[in-house]
Formats: sequence, structure tokens, C-alpha cells
Amino acid sequence: MTLSKANIDFSYSHRDLLGIEGLTRDEIDGLLNLANVHAQRNRQIDKKRNNLRGRTQINLFFEASTRTQSSFELAGKRLGADVLNMQLSSSSIKKGETLIDTAMTLNAMHPDILVVRHHAAGAVELLAQKVSCAVVNAGDGAHEHPTQALLDALTIRRRKGRIRGLTIAICGDILHSRVARSNILLLNAMGARVRIVAPSTLLPVGAERLGVEVFTDMDEGLKECDVVMMLRLQTERMNGTFVPSKREYFHYFGLDMAKLSIAKDDAIVMHPGPMNRGVEISSSIADDIRSVIHEQVEMGVAVRMAVLETLTNNLPNDQGLKP
Amino acid sequence: MMASPAKRHDDAPSLVLINARLIDPASNLDEIGGMIIENGIITDIGPKVTAKHAKDPMEVIDCQGHILAPGLIDMRVFIGEPGLEHRETLASATQAAAAGGVTTIVTMPNTDPVIDDVALVDFIKRRARDTGLVHVHPMAALTKGLEGLQMTEIGLLKEAGAVGFSDGGATTADTQLLRRTLAYAKQFNALVSVHAEDPSLAQDGVMNEGEIATRLGLTGIPDVAETIIVERDLRLVELTEGQLHFAQLSTRGAIEAIHAAKLRKSAITCGVSITHLLLNENDIGSYRTFFKLSPPLRSEDDRTALIEGLKDGTIDVIVSSHNPQSADTKRHPFAEAAIGAIGLETLLPAALSLHHNNDVPLIRILEALTSGPAKILDLEAGTISPGAKADLVLIDLNSPWIVNPDDFHSKSKNSPFEDHKLQGRCVRTFIAGRTVYEYAAS
Repeated sequence: MTLSKANIDFSYSHRDLLGIEGLTRDEIDGLLNLANVHAQRNRQIDKKRNNLRGRTQINLFFEASTRTQSSFELAGKRLGADVLNMQLSSSSIKKGETLIDTAMTLNAMHPDILVVRHHAAGAVELLAQKVSCAVVNAGDGAHEHPTQALLDALTIRRRKGRIRGLTIAICGDILHSRVARSNILLLNAMGARVRIVAPSTLLPVGAERLGVEVFTDMDEGLKECDVVMMLRLQTERMNGTFVPSKREYFHYFGLDMAKLSIAKDDAIVMHPGPMNRGVEISSSIADDIRSVIHEQVEMGVAVRMAVLETLTNNLPNDQGLKP
Repeated sequence: MMASPAKRHDDAPSLVLINARLIDPASNLDEIGGMIIENGIITDIGPKVTAKHAKDPMEVIDCQGHILAPGLIDMRVFIGEPGLEHRETLASATQAAAAGGVTTIVTMPNTDPVIDDVALVDFIKRRARDTGLVHVHPMAALTKGLEGLQMTEIGLLKEAGAVGFSDGGATTADTQLLRRTLAYAKQFNALVSVHAEDPSLAQDGVMNEGEIATRLGLTGIPDVAETIIVERDLRLVELTEGQLHFAQLSTRGAIEAIHAAKLRKSAITCGVSITHLLLNENDIGSYRTFFKLSPPLRSEDDRTALIEGLKDGTIDVIVSSHNPQSADTKRHPFAEAAIGAIGLETLLPAALSLHHNNDVPLIRILEALTSGPAKILDLEAGTISPGAKADLVLIDLNSPWIVNPDDFHSKSKNSPFEDHKLQGRCVRTFIAGRTVYEYAAS
């Protein structure tokens, strides 16, 4: 059985997915519902669909990421697209070719979908302005990572049955995190109570104006939480000292059994990966029954399938017209 | 819309300008009248001057009620010559200046090579003389190579014609070096112009720190990065009894610090860019790199403080901070794009909007563009009193127009005012009585 285009039962009014910002609740719900269908099918033996047959998807990664790239690759292939992976290190950019040159070059190859990750905030949007295909933001600097927020939301919805009304704490390196920004936007849009918990050096200025409650004390921040979302300490983005040591960071902000016991008994623990065990999360929790980290990875493929399918559905068809 | 600079003539003409609104901030003059120019020098001015005063063969120009004011002096102009001539040459920059009613530009030493040597000051002056349409005064580097390590030959450079000393957009991090430089510059009565931004606080920052930077995922520069350096430098000025000019301030904190220091009679002056007077961090919108400036565009509260500072005289000078950049330096992700915006051709009309918005009185605006900078630079310019050289701008105060950078004379088109509706413009520019620009409506 193939999933027909008729399954997209919501209207998505953008060519691209550049961020959670600008999406309506209905669009988020629609993507999550579709992803949920894919999640069921991905557990079957025959996972292959042909909805994207004939379509070309290029994964353009200016910043290495095995996990996200594999997830997008698998999503495209399961839908029948031809998938090309391109890893462009920042050194090739320094050789003189600008982001826009790269975009124009790829555009000339007539891809249908470009999946782009870049180390600079706004880079994916800039690229999207210069190409004629659909563009998916797979992470731009410290700005947004919309498919991560969608897969987190799907995971929460499947575990908790809802998002509205849940208390969700996002903990750790908020300052450098695009995952945090996209999650704050999405969870707020869906009616959750969002908290951020971090040492003051890793809180962005003006964070309290993002519609979140801000905590610098983990014990306070985790009280009554339904979901504890841990973030990776992004040492590679850090210029200078933000915390004195990993040991002190783990002591105050690492999730261990004692801190988790402050959250609700049925709280789930999430992490976008890759984890630094013993820095932001203890090994015992990473492997605990309450951890849904592997389910997040599973939902990642489903969500990306839903996104690719939805965007493709908006592309011109063979007659050059929108369906 | 067509506008072209007139050819430069070598004769110093004599002419009579009549039916003008004469505004001279230096003498607090604002009245209807005329002006007599003989051999490029203003010989009479006032309500009594009419066409009758024209001696044959004097040309008579009817100003049609437009404002006749001293030509503007722009204290902060980045050029591309030598080294980056594809962005701007002295020829193109001075054509842009003439079209903007700017009769004197002060060029910044940020060229390739850096203007830190007597021969290079000579080069700028010679190229300006041979190819330029308006007066050009180079600022030389304050430290060799703009590196902030070793002071330049301030005495020799000043003798060669450097009108001031600046490290452009770089702040001297070494406090001891700056102390000595201020003390040393004092004995030559040399103007030191500084950029106030703590380099370690600014670090990777690309825009004003705050909610907008956080939403965009961009690294911010806190306003105290500027205030801290202003406070430091104010103490050094008082310690060395030197004099200092802050090239371009952007924050409420800095303006308050300058205000207090001026009450203490410190020998300090400061400037602000027209862009910071009119725009704020919100204009960056969705990563628009033409709005990436240094100092960064700040909050609306800071902008309001700048306007107050201009109004009450805390701010001495308005500059364009003209900084030509091409598509290959601007069409990048925001954090990787070059800093700067062009502004020679929008300096005057954008400044006039402060008048149209009832923010600042017209004569005060023009003071900050004429006699204000002339005084700091110690130039015989910026006034239209008898005996002064007839460097003039004729201003149509009210005509509305829409900014189209394609019409600009500048080689670069990175204008933050692109598509802005402005009211008023330069319609004619004179250097020593010669018309170097005349606006021709299509």
C-alpha cells in the first residue's frame, strides 16, 4: 500500500521549511499527524514508498552531522527520492566560493529539495532566496532546527498524548542552541508551559522575553515537570569560558537520578544527541526507562518524511502546475 | 532620475546668488537674501544682496527660495583607494560627495596599504587633487598598520597634511599605549579620533545584544562594550590633558557619559552616524546585511538618546560613515558579511528627515554637518560669512524622492536607505564658487 498524496489533509502555505517561526498551529499539527502515519509504517518490513519517485533531494551539509544527515537520507530514500549527500567543509568556502555561488550551482542541477545545514544563522534562508526548489533547514547556526523541534514534539505527543498544558524544561546550553530556539517556538505555539534552565552564562540575553520561565537552579526548574529536555554542552561553539569545568557543570546542571526525582514521577527525559555522558546527563539516566532518546531518533526519520512529502506536494508537478 | 556631476573648471568664478534662504550655523544666520562671490570667495551676504549687485560679467543664479548653506563636511568616509578601487576611488567618492552636498570629506586610513606613512598621506592628497571633485583631508592611522601596537609618526604625518589620527573601526585595547599617544598627540595639537568598543566584550558579536539577536541566533555586542571604553578614554583625556574625538557613538550610556564629561569641561567631542540617528536594530529584520554596521544599530531607546544628544549639543558631529562594500562582501550569512554602509549621497537628505520629523531644529542639524566638524578639524570651512571660500550647498528642503542606489555616483550600492522615502535633497554644490554638481530632475 502506498501513501497517496491525498493523505496530506492540511494546507501548508510555504515553499520551504526554514524554521518553526512562521508556522501555524494547524501546519505543525498537520506535519505531526502525517509523521505519525510514517512512524507506524516505518515499523513494517516494507518501508519503501514511491511518493517522491523521480524527485531529487540534495543534502547540503556545511557542518558535519552524521545523525541528521542519515536521518534525512533515509527519509528521502524511503519515499523513493534520489538522494545526494554533499559535505562541504568551511575550508572550501574559504577558497572563494560563496554560499550563493554554491546555491546557484546546485540549483542548476534541478534538485526538487535541498536540505541544508550551515554554521551561520540565517544562511539557509539566504540560500533559499537564491534557488527555485524547496529548502529544508537542517540547522542554521544558533538560529533554528525545525525538524528537531517537530520530532521532539511528536515524541512528546506519543508518550504523553498531548502537548498542551505540559510543563517542559529545556536544560543546559540554551545560548548556543538552535534546538532550544525551535523548541521554545513550537512548544509555546502548541500550548505547553516552557521553562529554560541554565547557568546564567549560557542563557541568551532577553531569554525571558521568549515566552519562557527562566531558572538558574536545576532543582527549582525541574519541579512538576512532565518533560525534561537536556541539551548538549556545545563546546565547539564556545569562544572563551562559560563554565569553570565539566565537573562543576555536571554537579549543578547535569541530569542525575537525584535531580530527575524532583520532576514528576512519570517525567520523560529527552536529548537531541549526541550526548556527553557525565557532562549534561548521567549514563544511568541515558539508559533509563524514562529516557526516550532512541524514540526521538526514530521519530526523526518519520518527521523528515512528513516534511519532505509536504514540501514536494507543494512543488510544481509534471505539468508545471501545483496539484 | 538623472544626476551628473559637472566638470571641474580651474577658474575661480564670480557670481551672485539671489533669492535664497541663507542658513549659516556658525553665525546663527537664517534669513532670506543673496550672496556675492568674487574669485571664489564670499564677499557679501544678506537680505540686501539682489541681482542689482551683479557686476558684468557675473553670473546670476536664482536660488528659488532654496536653502543656501555651507557645504557639508563629512568626518568619516571610508574609501577603497589605494587597494580596493573596485569598491570606491577618490574620484567616485568625491563625485558621490558632491552629489550629496558634501564639499569636504575626511578619509579614513583603512585602505590597502594602511595610511600610516607620510608618503601615503601624500598619495591621498595628490590623487584627491588630480581626480577629486571636492576637498579631501586624510586621517592617518593612529597606530602602525591599525594594529594597536605602536604609534605612528604623528608629528610628521600631521605636517604632511593628516587632519587627524584614527584606527578606523578598531579600538586601542592597550590603555598604556593610548595614554602615551594622547599625551604625545597633544604636543602637536593633533586630533585623535577613536572608535569606542571593548574588543573582548564585542568579540564575535555582529549586532546589538538583546532579544532580537537572541531570536535571530546571532551573537550580540552589549551596549556597555561602548560605554566602558568611553569611560576609560574620558579618564585618559583628563589624565593627559589631551583632546579626543569619539568618531561614532551609538548608545545612551555613552551619550550620558559624554554629557557629564562636557559639564566637567573635558576637551572631548563626539560624532554619530546618520544611520544610527534614523534606524535601529529592528531594521536588520531577516538578516539584512546592509544593516550590519560598527558600532551596531542599537535599540530604539539608544536611538532616542542620540537624537536628544544631538539636540542638546552633546553630539558635535553627524557623519555618513560611508563604507562602500560590494556584493561579494555583503551577500553572505549575516555573521560572515562585511561591516558598513554607504552614505555620502544620503547624509543630507536623511539628516533633513530629523527636521521633518520635528526631532532636531534645522540649524542644529546643519551645524553638526558644517561648522561642528570644521571646528574639530580646525579647518577654514563650514561657514558662509564674508571672507570664507564659497563651498556651498543649495538645498531643496521639501521635494520627496525614493532612494534608488542605482542613481548613486558611489561605486558601491550598499545603502541601508534603499527604497526609503526621503524629503529634501542637494540640488547644487559649489566648490569655491564653481558648480561641481547640479541635480537634474528627469
